[in-house]
Order: sequence, then C-alpha cells, then structure tokens
Amino acid sequence: MQPLLEVKNLTKYFPVKKGLFGRAGSVVKAVDGVNFKIYPGETMGLVGESGCGKSTTGRVILRLLEPTAGEIYFKGKNILNLPNEEMRRLRQKMQIIFQDPYASLNPRMTVGQIVGEPLKVFGLASGAELEKRVQKLLEYVGLAGYHARRYPHEFSGGQRQRVGIARALALNPELIICDEPVSALDVSIQSQVLNLLKDLQREFNFAYLFIAHGLNVVKHMSDRVGVMYLGQMVELADAKELYSTPLHPYTQALLSAVPVPDPKVKKKRIILKGDVPSPVNPPSGCRFHTRCFKCLDICSRQQPEFKEVKPNHWVACHAVQ
Amino acid sequence: MSELAKATAAGAVPESMETYSPVREFWRRLKKNKLAMTSLIFLAALTLIAVFAPYIAPYDPTNGVMADSLQKPSAQHLLGTDELGRDILSRIIFGARISLRVGLLAVAIALSIGTVLGSIAGYFGGRIDNLIMRFMDVMLSFPSLLLAIAFMSVLGRGVENAVIAISIVTMPEYARIVRGSVLSVKENEYVQAARAIGNRDGAIILKHILPNVIAPIIVRGTLGISTAILETAALGFLGLGVQPPDAEWGTMLGAGRSYMFNAPHLVMFPGIAITLTVMAFNLLGDGLRDALDPRLRQ
Repeated sequence: MQPLLEVKNLTKYFPVKKGLFGRAGSVVKAVDGVNFKIYPGETMGLVGESGCGKSTTGRVILRLLEPTAGEIYFKGKNILNLPNEEMRRLRQKMQIIFQDPYASLNPRMTVGQIVGEPLKVFGLASGAELEKRVQKLLEYVGLAGYHARRYPHEFSGGQRQRVGIARALALNPELIICDEPVSALDVSIQSQVLNLLKDLQREFNFAYLFIAHGLNVVKHMSDRVGVMYLGQMVELADAKELYSTPLHPYTQALLSAVPVPDPKVKKKRIILKGDVPSPVNPPSGCRFHTRCFKCLDICSRQQPEFKEVKPNHWVACHAVQ
Repeated sequence: MSELAKATAAGAVPESMETYSPVREFWRRLKKNKLAMTSLIFLAALTLIAVFAPYIAPYDPTNGVMADSLQKPSAQHLLGTDELGRDILSRIIFGARISLRVGLLAVAIALSIGTVLGSIAGYFGGRIDNLIMRFMDVMLSFPSLLLAIAFMSVLGRGVENAVIAISIVTMPEYARIVRGSVLSVKENEYVQAARAIGNRDGAIILKHILPNVIAPIIVRGTLGISTAILETAALGFLGLGVQPPDAEWGTMLGAGRSYMFNAPHLVMFPGIAITLTVMAFNLLGDGLRDALDPRLRQ
C-alpha cells in the first residue's frame, strides 16, 4: 500500500544568532534525521519529552516551517519542491489542530467565520451554502449552529478546541496533524475531545499524526507509535507492541513512569539521571547515552542505526540485538 | 454522528436568532463610554464649526481694527482681540479649519504609509525588514522638526506642503509601532492556522494580523493628530507653514507670546483650543480601542 505521507531524513535546525551583526553561530538541532510513514486512515502517535522536536516535526510536514534537509512525500509527491501556489492548494489535504485553543482562534472573527474561512479561501462555498456547511461542521464537532455568531472568547477551552477541529475538518483533509490537541484542556474534557477525534476518524477516514507527551493519551489513540528523543526517532512500533515490549531503554523508562490507577500495584520505576541535554550541542554517538542505564562503550562513539529488529518494530539502540 | 452531536450539544438551547452586526455592537459599546462620547460630540461640533466658519464667526478673522487692539474679553469681543485688533474668537473658529485638516490629513497619510511598510517589514522579516527599518531609523535619527523644515524648504511654503512634510516626518514612528505589533501578533497560532488553511500572505496580513494590531494603531493615531497639530503650529511659528494673516492656533500662540504678561488672553484661548482638541482626540482614541476589542466586552 502506498503511504499517505512519507518522511525521509527530515531535519530542521534553528540558527542561534550571535554577536552584534547577527552572525549565524551555533544551531539548535530541533529535528535531526527523522524517518516514518503514515498510511491512509491510520493514526500514528508521536511521543517524547517537551523540546524533543515533535511539534517542529508536525509544523515542518505542513511547511509552516521550512525544513533544513530531508524529503516529505505526500501520496508519492515530494512537497518540498512544490511552488507556493501548488503547496497552497495541497493544504486542502493536510490540516492541523493546534495545542492551545486560546491562541489558535483569531479573536476578531466569529466562530462561523473561522470555520467557514477554509471553504471561502478555496472558493468551495459561499452565501447560504457556506452557512449551511458551517452549521453542519459545528454539529459534527458537537457544537450547535447558533454558536456560529459568537466570538471565541465566549467559549470554554474544550469548546474552542472543537471549533479548531471543525476548521480542520472543513476542507475534508486526508491527513490531520494533531499537535498536542488535549494537553491544554482539563482532564475531564480531554477524553471528550479524544473520543470526538476518534469518532470523526471513523466517520471520515482520514489519517492522524497524533503528537502528545502523555503516553496514555497516545496509546488510546494510535495504531502505531513513534518515540522521539532530542530530535531523533528512537523507537517506532505498533502501539500494542510498543507498550507491551518496549525495546529502547528510553521507551522503557518513559513507560515505567506512567502512573497506574491502582495503589496496590508496585511498579519498578526507572529513574533517568540528569536532564535532557541541550539540542544546541547534543551528545556524541547515541544521544541518549548520557542518561542511559544500559550504556555500552560504543554508545558514546557511534550513532546507532534505526533498524527493524522485529517486523514493524524499529529501534535505534546498540544494546538491542 | 448525529447522535454524537446530540449528546454533546445536549442542554444547549438555541437562543434568539437575531442577526449579529459588528458595527452595531461596536457602537453600543462606544456609547457606554461617557468620556469618549463627550469627546466625539466635542469633535463633531468642532468639525461643524470649522465647516461653517464663515457663517458662525462674528468678525473677519484676518482684518482687524487697529484701534481695538489688545482688548480684554468683553461682550463685543467674547475672547478679546489680538495685537492687530482682530477678534480672537473668530480667529480660533477659522483656525479650527486648518488645525483639524492638517491633523487628520497628516495622520491619515503617515498612518497608511507607515502601516504598509511596518506590516511588510514585520511579517516578512529578514532582508526586507532590515532595509525598511534601517531607512526608518535614519529618518528618526534627525530631530523631526529639523527634517520637516528641510522638506519644507524643498517643497515650498504653505499648508499643503506642511501636511506632506509632517506626514513624512512622523511616518517612521507608525511603521515602527505597526512592525512591533505585527511581530508579536504573527507568532500567534491563529496566524499559522490561517496559513495552514491556505491563505495567501496578503490575506493573512489583512484579515488576521492587522485587525489584531488595530488598537495600538488607533491610540497612536489619535495621539499623532495632536502632535501633527502642534508641529503645524511650530512650522507656522517659524514662518514656514500657515502664512499670515491666515488664522491658525499654533501661529496665534506664537504671535501672542510676546504679550503674554499684559494680555494673557492672547495665548490662553488658542492654548485652550489646542488642549481641548488634543484631549478629545486622545479620549476618543481610548474609547475606540476599548470598543473595538471584543475581548473587553462585559
């Protein structure tokens, strides 16, 4: 099956300006050689600590940020070579839901204008037809038609996030990038929004790239899960497989930190030493070796290859055979 | 799907379906602000007075009776007369024409050019930003009055040229303010969202960025009107702007300066006129800002 999205060796460096005249000094290696594929209709989760480059990956895929290197294929077409106008038209097929529902809606536009804007921009509907489709979209995400005349500040966080979802749905996309869509919401609202996202996927059959830092959330949502550390993918596997038999030490440490809602269960937690190193000057060899509890000699010298150790289970670690 | 919609929208009862008009809403909010409304009424009255000056003014503003010079306010001359025996009230009424026109025009020109340059510089950044803003810095590095005088000497004397000179000289400030606001607004996720749904750069600036930077622009613009009025006065005082015997508040203030101690009404009344007008513009600006921001709604 042809993947919907294929990311090859994706790299994004942010220059850190130095000196009086803005000489390009060092760079922040936010994303450094990430590879993965997303198939039509599936959900791929992306987890990692904050600052590991998950969100940057999402933005680069949509070309909201231009990558430093790498290739992004959408339905077999490299979108990084597309001229502006063609890229603009392709945006109909790829949408994004943002993390912060308080920042992602223009405060000067009514909800109806926000949700209807994508249709208007591409000339897909106008007048009464536009109004009808906006009402329909609002109903899909569990809001009511009369909400269209209100402003974003009149809504709660969860409702605003629904507006953001309706906007992403408007163009009938094939891929939606969810950039931590629930991490700004109350826990009680989180599951509502997650279930909404799942129901919508069942109904419209698009693919998700689901970026989050909560492992439970990702497990609930994803078919496959990728784990990122300091700008690199360290493990990628089917969700069940990843959660039952994590191979990379970093994944194991992450999973051991997930709280279990049962006070009687005594879990062995793997406590990682130290902090995440700076992405300006990442460690040599395997980037995780400074905090790894299975560190070998080779780890500090040679970067491990990202290889398929079991069918559909990829991992980048010298300690895994 | 429809069940899901029903379930989550449950309890929400449709409200009255009257159509929403942003203009009406803005007006409703502005009306609540008493200071802004007073200022608006004052400025509207001032505009009417300026327009109908020849019918309202009791005397000829440019020809005085020398015998009546430097008279104190009286029933005949409500605000007294100046050193050439001209009626000060009439001169203030006629002066409103020039001051309002210069203030509004200069700000309108400076604001539109400044907004275009500032939003281009702020939105695109990089080289364009550097090119535009360094040029603005060069202009800002001159004392504005000096630069205005330089422009006036190239353009020639007269009110129209004063407007052009003042708008060129004050423009960099607007460009700076717009650029700064654009820089902060463009980092918002809704701007990225606007790009993600396929908007072109021009549409993003016009529909998503500029409406969100309007508050500082309006406030600065109203303050700018007062600055423009004062700069016209300065140019008039130096003999470059409004030419005597035409009446203009700043020129009156400058000319009356030498009689300040024995005939204070010569400077007092034009001064009051300037102060009230400037204050009205500032208060109106504040009111507009509050009324234009939907987040401050009660």
